[in-house]
Amino acid sequence: MATFDVHPAEMQSAAPARRLSQHGRLVLVWLVLATAPFLLPNAYWVSLANLALINLILIASLNLLMGYGGQISLAHAGFFGLGAYASGILNVKYGISPWMGLPAAALVAGLGALLIGIPALRLRGHYLAMATLGWNAILVVFFTQLVDLTGGPNGLLGVAPFSLFGHALDTEMKIFPLVWAVAFLVMLAILHLLRSRVGRAVRAVATNELGAEAVGIDSFRTKLVVFVLSAAMAGVAGSLYVHVNQYASPETFGIAPSIMLLVMVAIGGAGTFFGPVLGAIVYTAVPQVLLDYEDAELMLFGLGMLVVLILFPGGLAGIPAAIARALRRKAS
Amino acid sequence: MQTGSALLQVLVSGIGTGAVYALVALGFNVVFKSTGAMNFAQGEWVVMGGMITALLIGTFSGIGLAVVAAVVLVGVVGLLSERLVVRPLRRPDALVITLVTIGLSILTRSLIMLVLGKKPVGYAGFSGNTTLSLGGVSIQAQTLWIIAITLVFLAVMHAFFERSMLGKALRAAAADREAASIVGVNVQGTILVSFGIAALAGALAGAIVTPLTLASYDQGAMFGFKGFSAAMLGGVGSLPGAVVGGLALGLLEAFGSFYISSDFKDAIAFAVLLLILFARPSGLLGRADIVKV
Repeated sequence: MATFDVHPAEMQSAAPARRLSQHGRLVLVWLVLATAPFLLPNAYWVSLANLALINLILIASLNLLMGYGGQISLAHAGFFGLGAYASGILNVKYGISPWMGLPAAALVAGLGALLIGIPALRLRGHYLAMATLGWNAILVVFFTQLVDLTGGPNGLLGVAPFSLFGHALDTEMKIFPLVWAVAFLVMLAILHLLRSRVGRAVRAVATNELGAEAVGIDSFRTKLVVFVLSAAMAGVAGSLYVHVNQYASPETFGIAPSIMLLVMVAIGGAGTFFGPVLGAIVYTAVPQVLLDYEDAELMLFGLGMLVVLILFPGGLAGIPAAIARALRRKAS
Repeated sequence: MQTGSALLQVLVSGIGTGAVYALVALGFNVVFKSTGAMNFAQGEWVVMGGMITALLIGTFSGIGLAVVAAVVLVGVVGLLSERLVVRPLRRPDALVITLVTIGLSILTRSLIMLVLGKKPVGYAGFSGNTTLSLGGVSIQAQTLWIIAITLVFLAVMHAFFERSMLGKALRAAAADREAASIVGVNVQGTILVSFGIAALAGALAGAIVTPLTLASYDQGAMFGFKGFSAAMLGGVGSLPGAVVGGLALGLLEAFGSFYISSDFKDAIAFAVLLLILFARPSGLLGRADIVKV
């Protein structure tokens, strides 16, 4: 299967000399994000910021698998849903605290990935795409039909918010710091993972699977580890989502959102560390911006997507480099 | 109703649905062969086929001409899509083409909605709404038309790929791009043709299934997934594989909803599909991809 090229800048960033700067940039971006609730005009905007951070966890974790690992998963929204329903059902039916639901969500989503990853990742090519597509379709049927557990098409109602020292984090402003912190930890985990032995193995397998095997990398295990970790992160996002919204319904976790997440990885810049931040902003903002256009919404969205993909194959994160290249060409 | 006749009824309707999936899978396979990409726009062409037929049926007094005109029109849309969206790509690898077809499918769906409307449309089949009664089994005449038309189209496609110069060029480019271009095959041209054929096959599927199911702008994704699944099930890139995969999926759904539960119809079909895929990774009829090191 074709994979995205690993960008030269990313290769350099793996060198110890730039290690501080990548971490530094991450901290800087998050410090800027911390001011969001104070700068945004009202609670509605803060709710969008929360949503964008949850979307960021989804897109960044999918980028780990797709941008760096070269594997297509069409079940990312399904794993998001597994996490949301696991955490939500534990809370609604068994009265278990969201703080316990969060790791449980990661565990359930990770197991969901393990189950499908073990048979599918032994094979090369489009099999993960096919298997995950089928898996997401199956999951949606269960989310919709197991009415006693999930609430069915009407959704899971009455999910409790996170609470701290007996104080419920039930407004957009109160929950923001938690979502902000979890998103930071996920980004940090991804950064460390990419620098680790596993991270280097992932890129090696994506670049040349046979070559990687030849130097002693177990490509099946490497792909499986990344697939399961990326699904577990989607599960974490699901737990946040269900306790922030205090509600979940099946259409949020279908194949269509799975495909959109894939697209957002590419729009942001697949295989770049900060690309998913741009992808998450686009994914969250576009439906709001296009709301005014009603019926033309879909068309503008499709057109915009094609323009970005055709003109900037490296995604939005690749635009500065593309412009610089064009200027240099003109100068010489 | 007797069990035996009920079974026959399920069997026939399963084959009818399966024939439609087979056509969509064929379109999917042709593009996969020439580009290595999954074409997400395939399902939109199915819907377009049905909706344009509905629009033209008044103009051409008769369903036959309307279907032919709609299929040809959608074929042109397929060619245009390749020209406008795939051709301009600077690095046309499989993943990029796959992503671009997602954008193409969203754009196509919105254009169908804006131009042809949001309301589901339908029309009477080739024999009106006739229902045939065979030994206590009632079968819709359109189901038999679907099976017959699919068979004819498959035969034509088979002849095209085996006999015609263009068909041979397509197969050559699919087998080895560089070798094909050395012997004078216009490889970029074969991608264009494959999009055209895919759109034709999809539109035909839509035009003949609409009398049974109605067509609406938002059904494209569903057809696309079913066609994709059928293609994988049969063996990606194989013409007989598309037929076997389509029929298998159609029958799985029909019998799954008959014996177990129609609520879990899709889950059953996909679960069996995954099991088959894991047991036979290259599909029911596909050949194993042997990579020489």
